[in-house]
Amino acid sequence: MDFTFEEQQVAFRDAVRKFLMVEAAPELLREIWETESGRSRELRAKLADQGLTALSVPEEFGGIGLGDLDWVLINQELGYYAIPDSLSDTAYLAAWLLNRLSSDVSLKKKWLPKIASGAARIAVGHPVNPFVADAQLADLLLLWRDDEVHAVPREQVKLGFNPSIEMSRRLYQVEWTPSDATRVAPARIGKDLWEGVLNRAALAVSAQQLGLAQRMLDLGIDHAAQRKQFGKPIGSFQAVKHHLADVAVKIEFAKPVVFRAAQSLATGAPGVSVQVSHAKLAAGDAAWSSARQSMQVHGAMGYTWEADLQMFMKRAWALDAAWGDRAFHKTRVAQHILAEGAALGPGETFN
Amino acid sequence: MRLEYTERQQRFREEVRQWLEQNAPKQPLQSFDTEEGFAEHRAWEAKLAAGRWSAVTWPKEVGGRGCDLIEWLIFEEEYWRAGTPLRVNQNGIFLLAPTLMEYGTEAQKQRFLPRMATGEDVWAQGWSEPGAGSDMAAIRSKAVRKGDHYVISGQKTWSTRAVWADWLFGLFRTDPESSRHHGLTFILMPLNLPGITIRPVKQLNGQTGFAEIFFDEVKVPVENRLADEGAGWQVAMATAGFERGLMLRSPGRFQQTAKQLVELYQRHREKADADPSVRDAVLRSYMDAEAYTLATYRTASRLAKGGQIGAEASTNKIFWSELDLLMHETAMRILGARAELMPHAPAAGDVGHWLDGFLFAQAGPIYAGTNEIQRNIIAERMLGLPRS
Repeated sequence: MDFTFEEQQVAFRDAVRKFLMVEAAPELLREIWETESGRSRELRAKLADQGLTALSVPEEFGGIGLGDLDWVLINQELGYYAIPDSLSDTAYLAAWLLNRLSSDVSLKKKWLPKIASGAARIAVGHPVNPFVADAQLADLLLLWRDDEVHAVPREQVKLGFNPSIEMSRRLYQVEWTPSDATRVAPARIGKDLWEGVLNRAALAVSAQQLGLAQRMLDLGIDHAAQRKQFGKPIGSFQAVKHHLADVAVKIEFAKPVVFRAAQSLATGAPGVSVQVSHAKLAAGDAAWSSARQSMQVHGAMGYTWEADLQMFMKRAWALDAAWGDRAFHKTRVAQHILAEGAALGPGETFN
Repeated sequence: MRLEYTERQQRFREEVRQWLEQNAPKQPLQSFDTEEGFAEHRAWEAKLAAGRWSAVTWPKEVGGRGCDLIEWLIFEEEYWRAGTPLRVNQNGIFLLAPTLMEYGTEAQKQRFLPRMATGEDVWAQGWSEPGAGSDMAAIRSKAVRKGDHYVISGQKTWSTRAVWADWLFGLFRTDPESSRHHGLTFILMPLNLPGITIRPVKQLNGQTGFAEIFFDEVKVPVENRLADEGAGWQVAMATAGFERGLMLRSPGRFQQTAKQLVELYQRHREKADADPSVRDAVLRSYMDAEAYTLATYRTASRLAKGGQIGAEASTNKIFWSELDLLMHETAMRILGARAELMPHAPAAGDVGHWLDGFLFAQAGPIYAGTNEIQRNIIAERMLGLPRS
């Protein structure tokens, strides 16, 4: 029993954090927002240089071959810096899914090296989401149809753009026609694969929410320490302190839930779906609470376009329902704990 | 990261489970806030100690098993799972003992720990005073050094189980010129010394859980001092850290309550679902109990690698006390019109211990440092916000 990360994992996370601190300042995010695609080729290339696109790709296909536990740390950072890029859709979800399409080696050979090098973008469409993120820029879309997995080139889909208040989210309705040529896994195999994708995606969002919650808390702390009223920093008033302390408590207790779900994904432990749903609910709650309290602490500044807080709040609000809304995830938790003979109580946590 | 128990840990769990199955009382004991119940709980402590289960983390020489924190968590999980009695000596075993091990002399450890392990000495805590609650540094009870003794005068209050306890640990002002957290000293004393008067305080459940303690020139030998004269604040803060941190509330307690809440909800589901927010509160209770467990394992793992408990001890205290309230409030809502009934009322049905737990949960956000004080600590020490 050891609930800590390896030194190597933490060191990699720290390197990514340093890199993003320099390369993903809020001013840059605002610039990228204003572009038509909402994405920056330069930023994506830099992310690839850091090895982030290669993280989940096996070494034989030019990747690093790391897994869920590494991604949970990286996704926290992607959230903290609100990176305007669906990096983990391509490099985590699509890489994981393609690598498990054991029947189709040609598909792996074609796409995995491109994912690793950063040359390809792959979008993932799952029925839990009404939209596909970044479909317009994708070279390939991996799409669900009755539990089958279909790989569809972008030229073969029709896209309808839906602008979001979170300007770095680029959401599309996708119209397409399944065929034998697009089917890459039948339903009997696809069912478990899609469950694996959904769990990884929901966990990636949970980790990003943790990062966002921390960022908004940090912005709130900075503001409260600098802004003076009644001749003192407002952060010295208990009413303000307690708002922020409550957020810190939520983050502190969401973290181990998220980390534990990541470890269960990595080891294939049973009960992983309910753990992921718990993680999504806990991290989403922390992020929304952080948005609410940081906004309050920011005062009127928090309601402006100028203050950076808005970028992180909007991301946190948007991600709450991505890859399963609260009702979806609560239902999964309820099915577990209200099942006949459910193993609950002391001593059952790690069984 | 490795979130599985080793074979050794699994064998340890088996051993605990078997011993508890064979030895735990078959009937619930009376409340330890009554004289008879206190005696029953003391006898249970002796039985635990005879099996060397009363203080598993202590070194073997003083009655423990030298368990690490993961083994302690396993022990606690089995303890709560078995529905075994509350620990009447928890202030001694979980709070004073870790402090004694850090600050006590070898002679003090030998003198106090073995008798604490067996329940021969049950300990009460003497911190709060009428004028020093959340503001603990406002302590005025004084200890004046006279030769090889301190002479103690003043008053302590809210001292849990002091009516029947044997010993007291507390903070006293040894430097009359001092103020705030300077000049305080940590002193241990038997509660039967001449000059000590103990007045029981009835709690809102009608039982005598607390006492006021009056000191009228009580002579206490200098060797009963823990750590240096004037170092009391620092020593007390270490105790407070254990209290809010790991030891006072192990996760098994809340997991057991969450499990019972799920069962209660299942039994009354049809009626309970008429208020859809009840189901949500049940789910949340289960999830938060799990989260508290995971956070504790994480802290234990960090401590095993040489980490320290800092201000996150304060996040723990807020989290478990609010969780305990949530669970008991939810149970009361499920029980509806019967929730107010005493367990022996003819129509009580499965009201059981929920009312008692509900009353006790009200105290959670207050004792061991109010949750407002914890929020100040988090804001100032964890988040770096300016002091008020």
